[in-house]
Amino acid sequence: MVAEIGFGSLFVSLIVSIYGVIAALYGTSNHQKKWILSAQQAMRLVFPLLTITVGSLIYLLINNNFEVVYVSKVSSLSMPLYLKITALWGGQSGSLLFWSWLLAGFTSAVTIKKWDRDQDLLPWVIVVGLGTLTFFLVLNTFFENPFVRYWQVNQDIVQSFSQPAGGFIIGPRNGSGLNPLLRHPGMVIHPPMQYLGFVAFIVPYAYAMASLIIGRSDDRWIQLSRRWTLWAWLFLSLGLILGARWAYDVLGWGGYWGWDPVEISALMPWLSGTAFLHAVLIQEKRGMFKQWPIVLIILTYNLVIFGTFLTRSGLLSSVHSFARSTIGPIFLVFIALTFIASFWLLSSRWDKFKSRQELTSFFSKEALILISIVLLMGMLATTFWGVIFPNISELITGAKVTVGPPFYERVAAPILGGILTIMVICPLAIWSYVSFKHLGKLLWKPFIVSLLGIVLPILGGLTKVPAVIAFWLVAFVLAVNGFEFVRRTRLRRKTESESFLEAVFRVFQRNKRSYAAMIIHVGIVFMALGIIGIEFFQTETQGTLAEGQELQLASYTMEYEELQIFDTPDARNVARAVVLVKKDGEVLDEIYPRRDFYYDSNQPVTIPGVRSTLVDDFYVILVDWKAVTSEGATFKVYHNPLVKWLWIGAWVIIFGVVVATWPEKKSSMAVSKNARPK
Amino acid sequence: MIQKTNRLLWWVLSIALLISLIPVTGYAQGSDPTDDDVNAVAKQLYCPVCENIPLDACGTTACEQWRGIIRDKLAEGWTDDEIKTYFVNQYGDRVLAEPPRRGFNWIVYLVPVVIFAGGGYLFYRGFQQWRSPEPDRNLRNKDKTTPKPVKLSEDDINRVEEELRKRSQG
Repeated sequence: MVAEIGFGSLFVSLIVSIYGVIAALYGTSNHQKKWILSAQQAMRLVFPLLTITVGSLIYLLINNNFEVVYVSKVSSLSMPLYLKITALWGGQSGSLLFWSWLLAGFTSAVTIKKWDRDQDLLPWVIVVGLGTLTFFLVLNTFFENPFVRYWQVNQDIVQSFSQPAGGFIIGPRNGSGLNPLLRHPGMVIHPPMQYLGFVAFIVPYAYAMASLIIGRSDDRWIQLSRRWTLWAWLFLSLGLILGARWAYDVLGWGGYWGWDPVEISALMPWLSGTAFLHAVLIQEKRGMFKQWPIVLIILTYNLVIFGTFLTRSGLLSSVHSFARSTIGPIFLVFIALTFIASFWLLSSRWDKFKSRQELTSFFSKEALILISIVLLMGMLATTFWGVIFPNISELITGAKVTVGPPFYERVAAPILGGILTIMVICPLAIWSYVSFKHLGKLLWKPFIVSLLGIVLPILGGLTKVPAVIAFWLVAFVLAVNGFEFVRRTRLRRKTESESFLEAVFRVFQRNKRSYAAMIIHVGIVFMALGIIGIEFFQTETQGTLAEGQELQLASYTMEYEELQIFDTPDARNVARAVVLVKKDGEVLDEIYPRRDFYYDSNQPVTIPGVRSTLVDDFYVILVDWKAVTSEGATFKVYHNPLVKWLWIGAWVIIFGVVVATWPEKKSSMAVSKNARPK
Repeated sequence: MIQKTNRLLWWVLSIALLISLIPVTGYAQGSDPTDDDVNAVAKQLYCPVCENIPLDACGTTACEQWRGIIRDKLAEGWTDDEIKTYFVNQYGDRVLAEPPRRGFNWIVYLVPVVIFAGGGYLFYRGFQQWRSPEPDRNLRNKDKTTPKPVKLSEDDINRVEEELRKRSQG
């Protein structure tokens, strides 16, 4: 019964969604407001309808209804409640449904705003939003239905949603359980964040398309989508960071980023989304390069769909499994259609969106932002090429190849360097015009402080030139931002006779967006510090130890104490090593690398033991162990300097985005204290 | 002549000695490779079954066996490259972290170069096109004095008036 409710609600959502698109098109072409309002109501209705569908699936998961194929594949009796709920996005059809549900939530939220000023945009926002949703609902209804059940027909077991003639429902006593790799807190939050980022970018795309269709070339679409864009960017960033954290904590290879095609499919829309955020700034501040944000948001939208397609179509395994996949070709057609339609629309409005394109110097803010956009796009094009090349090679030569980390790292390193260099100059550059002399005046003090970034590592024994340059750039960006903040605060104190703290607060309040950007960029620099640490200085070793024996790496020594093997109530067999981490003979910490074996899915998961500080991580993996403990256990040990700054940077970025999106106070005429009558 | 021969011999011996000092990543037969030696080679290989996981980090039984093969080969004195070639011959180019630089594979390396060179060139051209003259430096002077108006000749005034008339008619 619950499955029927769930599927029924899904089907009605699809009908309502299609109706919304048709009503909006009819309303706008015949200038009938009531049809547009009706479409708006349809867009609002889809979310509660899909909530019923999602609720039904969660109910089936919680109640172990293993006659539902999806439930039997991603859940089991022993799984705790929170994992049964998160199993909603643990498989193909459930995750597509989750995607649709979030998209419906966002599109419904869009309708809540007052549309009085933007009546002309509304119908087209509905068409784009509901059009995209319709595509995903079609996939869920006809190809990836999460409510399909097992039926016994004579001697055969068939999978179908509706009852076949003479069939009756059957189901296994227990399910296979969620993939153990997904049973991690990081994985519980990572997919929702990733999906939120993906679907939130559909909102600015819908506004951009609406503006293109009606030929409205002012900044209104950018103003309307600004907050959506920032939240989308934050969610996508968090999705990437949480994915990295999950890889670090669960995959057991000592790193956080493996340039896996799935990771890259999430990185690509982030790159174009970041470029879009910056292009929007130029349009807002200078009214220039108006075509750039549109091009970038079209790319972002298509990369969002492409990323979902890449992970769902089987294309990553091989072109052959893609051809066998049911939804792969449909995805490809949808991407091709939206891509061609979007760019055709843009080309037909190209002249209307033409704007002044003037650059006065290479050091003006707009020029620097344009350079950073070009760098991000170069990175995007290269990663896209790296992801699709194995398939091209397979199609043309018949041989599949791997395009792995060395390829991407060769490109990413100089681009990160370039972006850091721009981040040194950009906070000091001003819009329109800035001379090298003026920049030089502002740069020399931070430059001298930044030299510490060279001197300290060299004194610490660092000899790798690229690493020294990277540290120097990081120090330079931090110094520039620090000096600039202090300079502005002092200026404020001078003119307004305020206390230091009051001046800090007021400076922040007066130019919230600029300081939010500063905070976000500091977060990026912290993350860069983590990346530099692990990329340049990671060391590793492996050894088999008997109890009481030691292994050394960097300045640390680990001592293997004992191995504990036990079963847990959630059907795991845990082999847990007790390891002491020592430095100069002193015990610093006790860590517990372990290997969990999941009985329901017959799969092991390696969980490292980590001692983490601001300076470095000592990361130990239990590779193998012998049943006879006298023979000992094998450990793989990594020393990961500075990696904690990667996670700290993520928190700083979150803070920056919260500041940037914090609602503005109603502006009032501010009167300088000094100007007030005494 | 003898001196010349001696000098030649001295050079040959010196070069031979230098060559012998160049470290070769192979192991004397019979020596026991460490886990780190095995992982150093395994890191550069990808198992065709466990997609996108380097061999040194993969926990499956198949990958464990592969690492065993690497250990055996190292113990037999094989070099890193010989071991990689062995796996390529067995399973194809996909076991390598990057496509080998030959034939069609060159495209994967050339395209990024074209992207960056082309992108850089287009941006430079664009920048030249978008470049506008620097703003009048007088406006940035600290004293902010208004420039004195230039006195126009009678002839100039007539020309301006003529232009304005044309525009208002057109």
